[in-house]
Amino acid sequence: MDQSIYKSRKRANTLGLIASSFAMILGMVVLLWILFILLTKGFAALNVDFFTKSTPAAGSEGGGLANAIVGSLLMVISCTLISTPIGVLAGIFLSEYGDRSKIAVITRFVTDIMLSAPSIVIGLFVYAIIVAHIKHFSGWAGTVALSLLAVPVILKTTENMLRLIPATLREAAYALGTPKWKVSLSVILRAAQSGVMTGVLLAVARVSGETAPLLFTALNNQFFSADMNKPMANLPVVIYQFALSPYTNWVNLAWGGALLITLTVLGLNILARVFFREKS
Amino acid sequence: MLLAKPYGSIMLSTQNAHQGITLTPEVAKKMKIQRLQDNLFHATTLFFASIVLIVLAGILISLMINSWPAFKEFGPGFFFSDEWDIVNHKFGGLIAIYGTLVTALLALLIAVPLSFGISVFLTEICPGWLKRPLGTAVELLAAVPSIIYGMFGLFVFAPIYSDYIQPALSSTLGKIPGLGILFSGPANGIGLLCAALILAFMIIPFITSVMRDVFEVVPPVLKESAYGIGCTTWEVVTHIVLPYTKAGVVGGVMLGLGRALGETMAVTFVIGNAHRITPSLFSAGSSIASTLANEFGEAEPGLHYASLFALGLALFIITFIVLALAKWMLANMERKQGAKN
Repeated sequence: MDQSIYKSRKRANTLGLIASSFAMILGMVVLLWILFILLTKGFAALNVDFFTKSTPAAGSEGGGLANAIVGSLLMVISCTLISTPIGVLAGIFLSEYGDRSKIAVITRFVTDIMLSAPSIVIGLFVYAIIVAHIKHFSGWAGTVALSLLAVPVILKTTENMLRLIPATLREAAYALGTPKWKVSLSVILRAAQSGVMTGVLLAVARVSGETAPLLFTALNNQFFSADMNKPMANLPVVIYQFALSPYTNWVNLAWGGALLITLTVLGLNILARVFFREKS
Repeated sequence: MLLAKPYGSIMLSTQNAHQGITLTPEVAKKMKIQRLQDNLFHATTLFFASIVLIVLAGILISLMINSWPAFKEFGPGFFFSDEWDIVNHKFGGLIAIYGTLVTALLALLIAVPLSFGISVFLTEICPGWLKRPLGTAVELLAAVPSIIYGMFGLFVFAPIYSDYIQPALSSTLGKIPGLGILFSGPANGIGLLCAALILAFMIIPFITSVMRDVFEVVPPVLKESAYGIGCTTWEVVTHIVLPYTKAGVVGGVMLGLGRALGETMAVTFVIGNAHRITPSLFSAGSSIASTLANEFGEAEPGLHYASLFALGLALFIITFIVLALAKWMLANMERKQGAKN
């Protein structure tokens, strides 16, 4: 019998599987490499000043990112407070009321697209409707831009999580004469609590690293400011400006900020996973 | 007969619940309030859901209004002109559109085979206990903010790329007549190809997660029958799994393309931000997103400003179409799946 065909099939199999394993290894190497660089370069920049002092002037030594950290926190927190109710209520509509109605189908479709829409265009939009009218950059404009990115994430996860709740639970509540709004809020939403929490955490993780939508909305502020009506310092934009600057001190601070932001985002992602696993 | 009568009357009273049973005024009032609350709640949720649609319409309208002066001045020729002269107010989108398409398509060319390999590894080769940690690790790669990829690309990857990868490419592929022009020019790190490589690693997790999901829905019995007649793992993957999940795989690839087209920060760091078109992939260029990130902050109201909005509009429409196609293909695949089950 002709053995060569078996040999060539076997060879193709081995080659294919080796190539696949190689792709996997390459992916892991890149992830670990990025983390390694961040840890080595970032930790060198971390000290007490980093968290307590504001961004230094060009060319000067010392300083920290306190104003950027506070600005980012303020914007992300207000974005969460705004987008969570919108996303959750819209999710309730899609799962409990809309179902297969035309508006629900269209909303679902648009949400899926907005999930991956270029964030810089969101920045342009918020610039056009807010910044261009009030004539100055502001923390609130940044918050609105971030909320526009967060709502689709929360909406989509909420809908998916509510759909996982068995219909018998709804029927049992209706049988007791509970009105629909109460069923949705105190039975279904409560049962899906940890799943909805996952969505919120994922949204927070997504917006905390976003730079592009903040460039034309919150911009930056060299000084410490907690006034959301003024231009506001924030980690991503500071990292962007400092990393591309010729000053070593600024570049080092940028690495410190990069480490901080990555650890936060990855931490939130892992936390979201833990929440979800607890449920399932 | 005696038994049937009360039974019948109960039937009647449930059919006409509101008229049949005499309600005490308090209960009637309570029911009315509850119905009002229900309607109010329904309307509220509907309103919040339609915010998504209002925002989409708002984005399109505001971009159109703001870009109108540019279209009025340059006409549709805006998209085919390679001029970008801020001083003389002559603008065309060709350079940025070229940069966007070239980097995104090159990134796909690199990312698709790698994502396919990773998905095959995760679904077919990987031992069970490793599946979860490795899957999570790939998803974490998607969570890393794009600005981090940009910094990594500029400070760590670009020097290595210019010292080793660029010379290697120009001494091998660069020697091929015709094709060589793509890999010519000085090896100074940043440029179109560098941006494409960084983009490739950013979109791998997105493509992989879709591919892995669709690979997992292939009915085991199909794969088992193939193994039963003596197929190798690689043959099962290429002859059974891939044809079965074709639509889903293409959907995942389109999703990756949509991401790559609109990516801003990572590209801005490494593309070089030069307004020119040269045939070499080593040379610096610019994409729509990087042009916006660099110039919008300093643009004066007028043609420059309107031209940047026009670029933004073009980017939004291109990504919208690509993502809509991706979604449509994935939905088709799901429907097919539903029909089979």
